[in-house]
Amino acid sequence: MSEELKPQAAAPATPQAAPQAPAAAPKKPAAPAAAAPAAPAENDCHVRTIERAAFRKEMERLHKEEKMDFLECLTGIDREEDGLAVIYHLESTATGKRTCVQVVCEGRETPNVPTVSDLWDIANIYEREVYDFYGIIFTGHPDMRRIYMREDWVGYPFRKDDETEKNNPLRMTNEPLADTTDTYTLTPDGTLTKEQRNIFGEEDYVVNIGPQHPSTHGVLHFRVCLQGEVIKKIDPILGYIHRGVEKISEQMTYPQTLALTDRLDYLGAMQNRHALCMCIEKAMGVEVSDRVKVIRTIMDELQRIDSHILFFSCLAQDLGATTAFLYGFRDREKILDIFEETCGGRLILNYNTIGGVMADIHPNFQKRVKEFIPYMRKNINEYFDIFINNVIFQHRAKGIGTLTKEQCIAFGCTGGTGRAAGWHNDVRKRMPYAAYDRVQFNEVTRTEGDSYARVLVRMDEILESLNIIEQLIDNIPEGNYREKMKPIIKVPAGTYYTAVEGSRGEFGVLLESKGDKSPYRLHYRSTGLPLVAVMDTACKDHLLADLITIGGTVDYVVPDIDR
Amino acid sequence: MFDFQIVSTWLHGVLTGVMPEWAAILTESVLVALLIITLYAVFAIVLIYMERKICAFFQCRLGPMRVGKWGLLQVFSDVFKMLTKEIIEMRQSDRLLHNMAPFLVVAASMTTFACLPWNMGGHIIDFNVGVFFFLAIGSIGVVGILLAGWSSNNKYSLIGAMRSGAQIISYELSIGMVMLTMICLTGTMSFSEICQQQADYGWNILRGHVPAVLAFIIYLIAGNAECNRGPFDLPESESELTAGYHTEYSGMHFGYYYLAEYLNLFICAGMATTIFLGGWAPIYFPGLEGFNDVMAMIPGCVWFLGKTFFVVFLLMWERWTFPRLRIDQILSLEWKYLLPFTMVLLVVMALCVSLGLTF
Amino acid sequence: MEEKSYFEGLACGIKSLCTGLKTTMREFFTPKITEQYPENRKELQMFERFRGSLTMPHNEKNEHKCVGCGLCQMACPNGTINVTSEFYETEDGKKKKRLVKYEYNLGSCMFCQLCTQACPHGAIEFDQSFENAVFDRAKLIKTLNREGSKVQEK
Repeated sequence: MSEELKPQAAAPATPQAAPQAPAAAPKKPAAPAAAAPAAPAENDCHVRTIERAAFRKEMERLHKEEKMDFLECLTGIDREEDGLAVIYHLESTATGKRTCVQVVCEGRETPNVPTVSDLWDIANIYEREVYDFYGIIFTGHPDMRRIYMREDWVGYPFRKDDETEKNNPLRMTNEPLADTTDTYTLTPDGTLTKEQRNIFGEEDYVVNIGPQHPSTHGVLHFRVCLQGEVIKKIDPILGYIHRGVEKISEQMTYPQTLALTDRLDYLGAMQNRHALCMCIEKAMGVEVSDRVKVIRTIMDELQRIDSHILFFSCLAQDLGATTAFLYGFRDREKILDIFEETCGGRLILNYNTIGGVMADIHPNFQKRVKEFIPYMRKNINEYFDIFINNVIFQHRAKGIGTLTKEQCIAFGCTGGTGRAAGWHNDVRKRMPYAAYDRVQFNEVTRTEGDSYARVLVRMDEILESLNIIEQLIDNIPEGNYREKMKPIIKVPAGTYYTAVEGSRGEFGVLLESKGDKSPYRLHYRSTGLPLVAVMDTACKDHLLADLITIGGTVDYVVPDIDR
Repeated sequence: MFDFQIVSTWLHGVLTGVMPEWAAILTESVLVALLIITLYAVFAIVLIYMERKICAFFQCRLGPMRVGKWGLLQVFSDVFKMLTKEIIEMRQSDRLLHNMAPFLVVAASMTTFACLPWNMGGHIIDFNVGVFFFLAIGSIGVVGILLAGWSSNNKYSLIGAMRSGAQIISYELSIGMVMLTMICLTGTMSFSEICQQQADYGWNILRGHVPAVLAFIIYLIAGNAECNRGPFDLPESESELTAGYHTEYSGMHFGYYYLAEYLNLFICAGMATTIFLGGWAPIYFPGLEGFNDVMAMIPGCVWFLGKTFFVVFLLMWERWTFPRLRIDQILSLEWKYLLPFTMVLLVVMALCVSLGLTF
Repeated sequence: MEEKSYFEGLACGIKSLCTGLKTTMREFFTPKITEQYPENRKELQMFERFRGSLTMPHNEKNEHKCVGCGLCQMACPNGTINVTSEFYETEDGKKKKRLVKYEYNLGSCMFCQLCTQACPHGAIEFDQSFENAVFDRAKLIKTLNREGSKVQEK
């Protein structure tokens, strides 16, 4: 923990110092806002502020009457003298109507907002995140604990006036793990009362799965309450690789923030970066060329195949089929080679950039991709032969960890997990971006919602992605691979939200700018956080061995959860 | 065919010439024990190397290649590393039981190892209820596993040990029934006689035709489960319980479990060879006298090892293909499928034998 | 999950297991994909865009293109680059800047290419070296301009 704090602590010093040194170097910083678009940007949030007193009623109305059943994103912002605010992005899955509301808390001592965790299940974990970073107390929340920071952390690191380094020297003690949690209630006289309760009972047999465990796919920690081998409750403990990416970004220039997106969900590096680039471009009113759009689409799909192959491999490995694991990696290698040739990286791709892509596609790119498509179509059959059709796996996956469509929506489980339950949540269809509006593809959905359906959805998505690539690979239009941008990129003031379909769900970027060269607040809608939040529901009354199956099939990636 | 009894009788004669009878027997026992322990270690090394290479080839890889030519010295260096490692004492573990458990496992597997018929006249432990003895001694291993899980004072270990106990005890039934089926055919429980019969009348798997082939397949499945090897490796399933019952073991204590696991594989394959594939008996085709004579020239121990390693390969093939089962699947496989099947097989075999339908 | 009868389920199960066994046996004989790394060092060719470490190419006259402007240092998100430059007087009496030392810390570089993109003269680029492991962290701090080198005259 203490090691990981260093970059966060060191970051403010360097980028601030750097611009001052050669002040004369950028010749014409005088007219940056001249090109600012008159009309609001395409991805402007149109945030509607709700009074603190009317907030709870309004949210209930939105949930019940307007059927806003999907809480897409929940973001805390410190607006300094304008108070601490919480922004809610809501969507109705039935009508596709979207809205964005915010509530501003008063004061900085005990800012509080009524919880909405009883309306949307996912709000539970989102609100904990906001509490952790901003100290906003959600009254009535059943589990108001820190989530990413150490439990003995002092202060709220994302507040603009927080003295993080002064209050938190390098700690040489082990991180404490609380056995109790708090619920706050607001009394009529405006004070908060705290009620403490135990997370686990006295008699519970609690086993730690993680943080160092072969099948948690990273440093994730589950406290699992067992009865024999049957799981009764799961308490996920996050933050072991929390790097404060969002906070670091606030001190960086826009091009610099891009470099961090590759390190969130490393299996969706291309899409994460795409989301941030697109968010900035749209906010600035920059139109990228068709060539860029098509290249980005192909790259996103290659990344999706890459991720789904890894999903298959790791699942096989977790379930003891090591051979299937290596077959997956054998094929993934081909995609990584394609990436490396064009982008120069295999995992950290570093390809998208504001206004285009870093470099034009490599001359061999099309040839390699065209070789890959039939290769992959052939080899995916092997995955079915050796693993997916195997009777042992079928018995281990069918009917295990079933999530209904309603549960998926309430927990915001987008991506393959939601689609396996029949929720049409594909951002590529909901809000087409890049070149997705010009290709024919199906949104793969199933209805069972169990682990087996989640695997099949991803396998079918590999085939769909291959179809998309096949349609585009011969039709990459001519054009600039990169628009000419100003040396210093400034985003006009406003709040913007852009989402892309990441490898494992909707990856969103919320950007609040004050017109400076660095973001005022940059929040990523993690694709994995809802998937971890749903683990408790999905695993209840299943065997310990099923935890592995369910964890593998909901497909979370830890650096994306912790950010 | 070379009868190993000639060597042992000669040695006994020489020894009794220079010392009293009891001392001669004592010396012989020590010699045999040393031989067994050496063989045990050598086979472990061969098996580990073999498993690594075979698993690699199934997985489109090359396996160990760096230490020695084709990685031949890899296992030696691993063993050396294991020997140099510290044996860590865990706080709040039951020291005595914790230290004793690996020895129980190794002792059980060594004793069963000694039951294998290596050659004509080359049996080490051989008496009229040999099969019975083999099954009984083999079960001691599970005590070691349960003790390991219990004494480690670790939740993972305990869960692993309980799983292992449930699994091994269940699958022992199938193995027992399968052996009973074959005893039905042979009419004897002594390993030397079983082998001799097969040398005289042909391999059991051919003599017993359909029921014997089915019994062989069931034996392969149950045997893999008995060895705690994949797809039945859930007592130590890495992805759930890190290392199951031997999570807390280090150094050579862990090494004993590792050794025992591979040797149990060999013993399981060796037993399959003995009761199904003729033990040390060479292949025999009636009518091809020239061919049969050449086959009979090959020493019995070569036949035995050849067949055993073939079965080992089959078991490894099985292991590296299938995903791991879940505990309820393991138990339902045994109680719902294998056990009823073996019971039917036993009846069918008994009918075959009594109606004279065997060869 | 549809319920199959006992024997039907058994038959399907055995069939699927046999398919698996067939697949692995087929792969047993296919060519292996392992790359034997240190042995194949000679044939191993990295892709030309691969980012190994930052370098400053020098020509045969020991000249580089860096004018010491510090734009790369400014662009770097990690403070990986440290450019030391000095002013000197040319023969015709003008004050000019020149590079003294170009320090690059490979240990904190995250290969985001912002420095190479920022450089107006193309003085720095990534090479394809990938064997960057060292025993001492101090060795990761490299000076990119060579001893006695000077800027290339246009």
